[in-house]
Amino acid sequence: MLCMTSRGGSSHVGAAFSIADILAVLYGGGVMRHDPKQPRWDGRDRFILSKGHAGAAVYAILAEMGYFSVEELKKHYQDGSVFSGHVSHKGIPGVELSTGSLGHGLGVGVGMAKALKLAGNPARVFVLLSDGECDEGTVWEAALFSQHHQLDNLIAIVDYNKVQSLAPVAETLQLEPFRAKWESFNWSVREADGHDHKALTQALEDLPAVQGKPTVVIAHTVKGKGVSFMENTVLWHYRAARGEEFDRALKELEAS
Amino acid sequence: MRDRFIQTLCQIAEKDPRIMLLTGDLGFAVLDEYRRRFPRQFINAGVAEQNMTLVATGMALEGHIVFTYSIGNFPTLRCLEMIRNDAAYHGANVKVVSIGGGFSYGALGISHHATEDLAIMRSLPDVTCISPTSLLEVTEATKAVTQTLGTCFLRLDKDKGPDGPIDEPFVLGRPRVLRRGHDVALIVTGGILSEVVRAADVLGRAGISASVYAVHTLKPFGPDHIIEAARIHRALVTVEEHTIHGGLGGLVLETLADAGVNFGKFLRIGLDGCFSSVVGSQSYLRATYGMDAAGIVRRTQRLLSS
Repeated sequence: MLCMTSRGGSSHVGAAFSIADILAVLYGGGVMRHDPKQPRWDGRDRFILSKGHAGAAVYAILAEMGYFSVEELKKHYQDGSVFSGHVSHKGIPGVELSTGSLGHGLGVGVGMAKALKLAGNPARVFVLLSDGECDEGTVWEAALFSQHHQLDNLIAIVDYNKVQSLAPVAETLQLEPFRAKWESFNWSVREADGHDHKALTQALEDLPAVQGKPTVVIAHTVKGKGVSFMENTVLWHYRAARGEEFDRALKELEAS
Repeated sequence: MRDRFIQTLCQIAEKDPRIMLLTGDLGFAVLDEYRRRFPRQFINAGVAEQNMTLVATGMALEGHIVFTYSIGNFPTLRCLEMIRNDAAYHGANVKVVSIGGGFSYGALGISHHATEDLAIMRSLPDVTCISPTSLLEVTEATKAVTQTLGTCFLRLDKDKGPDGPIDEPFVLGRPRVLRRGHDVALIVTGGILSEVVRAADVLGRAGISASVYAVHTLKPFGPDHIIEAARIHRALVTVEEHTIHGGLGGLVLETLADAGVNFGKFLRIGLDGCFSSVVGSQSYLRATYGMDAAGIVRRTQRLLSS
């Protein structure tokens, strides 16, 4: 992801690092049922990255899983490439939904979950949102709809790194009491350290947490996780690592 | 048009379990028969049109053909980005149905005047845009959007359009020629065709021979009839209960310019770049803005004698 964003000079490396462990657990840790050889397999669990700006992380995990060659990642953010900065489905196996405008992914995931229920398909829908994204009203429209329809095959994961585009969440639009918000919307809520694979796996196991309720996992994360000078900073929402910064970041990631 | 749409959808839903109807908490009494007969194919999404459109996209991506139903600008302008990014870009079978084109809900105020929707929806790639001009076309258009892959917009009117038989079959993307004259071509979309037909009668009695072209599909748009109209007539008049900017008038001008066709006098009848803060019935507002039969006659005569 560091190489992808630096090569292209793209934004959002911090947002991608923030969700890397979540994706690793979902795709590589046995949580999601999926088959890289059959990206459209009807029984697959659906995954939607609603915070589309962290698309580099999804491309990277899909390549690691074998949906396409890791070589393809070199095209990220390049002229003429389909690997856009915000995640895109066109021509990229394994991506369910193109996103980039916040507040869309949960509603589409809700529609998928409703259709799967109607079809008697046991597949589940995982939607990964950002914390800043929860400013969008459509997130709460979708939250309301999904509990009314008892979509317990729907799992939202909020990447709660507490830093958004210009400032910390707490200084932008306070989300707290965040857990209570979801609970008051009649969701079952779990919380986990979003970088602790064991804790994340536990939070994502034995779903639904409560029969008849959608589940949200609030993942407490660190924006820019893994590179000391990127962690918890607003700057690295937009900045791409260059020169000496890139070398230092790579060294830290290799050592970890 | 609304009732005809629902009747047709009932016939389709009976045979096709993929059909889903989502409403944004509107359709009191009107949707009763559908709800009663197809409870598993109906969802009231509540007063949340944007989420309704997102849910429709998700269901469509899982194999349903989903109609989103609301009035005026609610299913379109309010949900524009969802229609663009989610439904259209993913080629999802979402059929956006707006009850109440133009001034159908004229007395309710500008929030309920759908007077820019055709221009806006027409600009979206991969979105089929249909604005029927009569009840028969509503039936045909409802079937057509069901069979057309991808995202469609169906704009329905309070005015049911003119009565009487229709000789020419409905073909998506091809205007129908209702009358053939030689002086002026009246080119129209939506239920306001009823005013245009009356205007053509009056013009005929005044010695002006008018053709009438019913443009039920704005996108895709087959140019042949309009190019023919420009060659035959010395004047072209477009009529739409909609802004004259970017809707039918814009479409016809673009088509003729792209085809390099010379044409005679030209007039776009519609709302000329304003909101109507005056309210009233559909017929009252048409008269106010010179797009009722009398206004069409008056303005066409003025055009021809200018």
